[in-house]
Amino acid sequence: MRTIRFLLQKEFRQIFRNRAILLLIGVMPVMQLLILPLAANYEVKNINLSVVDHDHSGYAQKLVAKVTASGYFKLRGYGASFKEELKKIESDEADLILEIPEGFERNLIREDQQQLFIAVNAINGVKANLGGAYLTSIIKNFNEEIRIELLPPGRFNPGPVIEIIASNWYNPLMEYRFYMVPGILAILVTMIGGFLSALNIVKEKEFGTIEQINVTPIKKHHFILGKLIPFWVLGNIVFSLGLLVAWLIYGIIPIGSLLVLYGFLAVYLLAILGFGLLISTFCDTQQQAMFIMFFFMMVFILMGGLFTSIDSMPDWAKLVSRFNPVSYLIEVMRMVILKGSGWRDIWPQFGIITLFAVVLNAYAVINYKKTN
Amino acid sequence: MKEIVIKTDRLSKRFGDFIAVNEISFEVQKGEIFGFLGANGAGKTTAMRMLCGLSIPSSGTAEIAGFEVYKQAEQIKRNIGYMSQKFSLYEDLTVSENISFFAGIYGLTNREIKEKGEALVEQLGLEKETKKLVGSLPLGWKQKLSFSVAVLHEPKIVFLDEPTGGVDPVTRRQFWDLIYEASAKGITIFVTTHYMDEAEYCDRISIMVDGRIAALDSPSKLKTQFKAGTMDEVFYQLARGAKRGD
Ligand SMILES: Nc1ncnc2c1ncn2[C@@H]1O[C@H](COP(=O)(O)OP(=O)(O)O)[C@@H](O)[C@H]1O
Ligand SMILES: [Mg+2]
Repeated sequence: MRTIRFLLQKEFRQIFRNRAILLLIGVMPVMQLLILPLAANYEVKNINLSVVDHDHSGYAQKLVAKVTASGYFKLRGYGASFKEELKKIESDEADLILEIPEGFERNLIREDQQQLFIAVNAINGVKANLGGAYLTSIIKNFNEEIRIELLPPGRFNPGPVIEIIASNWYNPLMEYRFYMVPGILAILVTMIGGFLSALNIVKEKEFGTIEQINVTPIKKHHFILGKLIPFWVLGNIVFSLGLLVAWLIYGIIPIGSLLVLYGFLAVYLLAILGFGLLISTFCDTQQQAMFIMFFFMMVFILMGGLFTSIDSMPDWAKLVSRFNPVSYLIEVMRMVILKGSGWRDIWPQFGIITLFAVVLNAYAVINYKKTN
Repeated sequence: MKEIVIKTDRLSKRFGDFIAVNEISFEVQKGEIFGFLGANGAGKTTAMRMLCGLSIPSSGTAEIAGFEVYKQAEQIKRNIGYMSQKFSLYEDLTVSENISFFAGIYGLTNREIKEKGEALVEQLGLEKETKKLVGSLPLGWKQKLSFSVAVLHEPKIVFLDEPTGGVDPVTRRQFWDLIYEASAKGITIFVTTHYMDEAEYCDRISIMVDGRIAALDSPSKLKTQFKAGTMDEVFYQLARGAKRGD
């Protein structure tokens, strides 16, 4: 116990004397959270919409009024011929066509069910796809019974049919920042924890100070704990700062319990720090550690479900994301912050991340050699 | 009978095909100042790292303070101090922070840390520098400080790897005063150097050439044996056949 106290004292002294680290944990969270959600904002307004109305019923008109009132769409055309409106897509005047079939109102009343068609302009894919998603959610809102079928308009859409996922249930108007901020915070905590811990032991190797430690009777697990605890504390500080920024700037207040959030984070940090330490046991220079960590971070982030929803990834990528600790944190953050999920909802993720923490740290301790 | 604190038997270290240390066997007695000489690349550091438990021997055995290297590495570590060739205190900690950290992890009590730390600082004349970062000290002071830290927990043996490399003659002389003081307290000194004048300060010396021990005796006996006036000449006669080094 006393040994750990001395190790911690030393580690904290070094951290507080290192301006780069202080800057990293103080400024980076604030900057990233201010800038990234803006840069990664996929929210699109002024989507050009053409409506092909074969029905001309009052119900169809109500639907169109509701769509245009949402503020996301500009009505560029309203006609009765699909061909005519398709020309508008060809000339890039329209991004989306909503086709209301004949007998729309009648069938809806009689059979409680009806179909709508949405065709998207695949040239400006992001805008059109998002427009499709917005439109879907508005229509769903309008009437739960309407089935929507997305129509790939032949040569204009070389890609596959868009799948519409109900990912925006808890974020009805797809406010992008609500979705992005928790995810970015997750990545921030991961990067800071992973890099700091990976570089720390390697720095001691590079400077030769680890030799001086290795000739002392210090125990391996004491040494590793002495490294884990300070960065664990830093991770919590960064996370708290991030939550504060999310609240002050974006007005995001976790709906779920903070206890659940911090409880998960506590174990998650152990996992990611263990991973950093493990990498450091394989490297001799800070440069090596940096590159290896960078590689993993890229994979973790790209496949973590921040930018691309894991649900819409191909199967092989879904499999990879199961081994990606970041994906669990992003998921849990969104669940707890946006949905208000509790322990009962996140226990599978909690169990998996605990397993990560145990395995990675055990491996790091075993692989840390006092001799060579 | 004198007590033997270091005993090696055909101790070797190979890196791939290269034999860095080739079957060295010797004994060091308690309280001795044992000089471990050799040209650059002779294998001094490699041998010393094995004795400290930092490196696993490829073959052969060694006993330090009655414990077998590698197998009883942890017991050995309580009984030795080590000052590596590369300065290895924390440059971003102050003098007193380094002292209390290393004293602390060797298990000294708070009172011991305070008393010994103060005595150490006074002995080195570093009273005014205790709050300075170690990185800002001149090399000579750093070396003296790291020696003092290495013997703070009163080990049975202290291993010094080129402790005076790159410092001026006055500081070297002061450094040897520190070594003598530690030796007077009964600490066995195992020191590598390639300064031949320092060889004269040792009770006994070994001269390593290309991984082997080429000669081992007291400086005066070696001079007689090689019919040389100075240790420099002895060393030259042995080392000129060396293939390694620069
Ligand atoms: N880890 C290693 N891998 C390969 N060769 C090594 C390693 N460490 C030392 N050597 C080689 O072993 C020889 C002896 O090195 P060393 O013990 O440092 O010599 P000295 O301390 O006497 O100058 C050198 O030729 C050196 O290049
Ligand atoms: Mg050497």
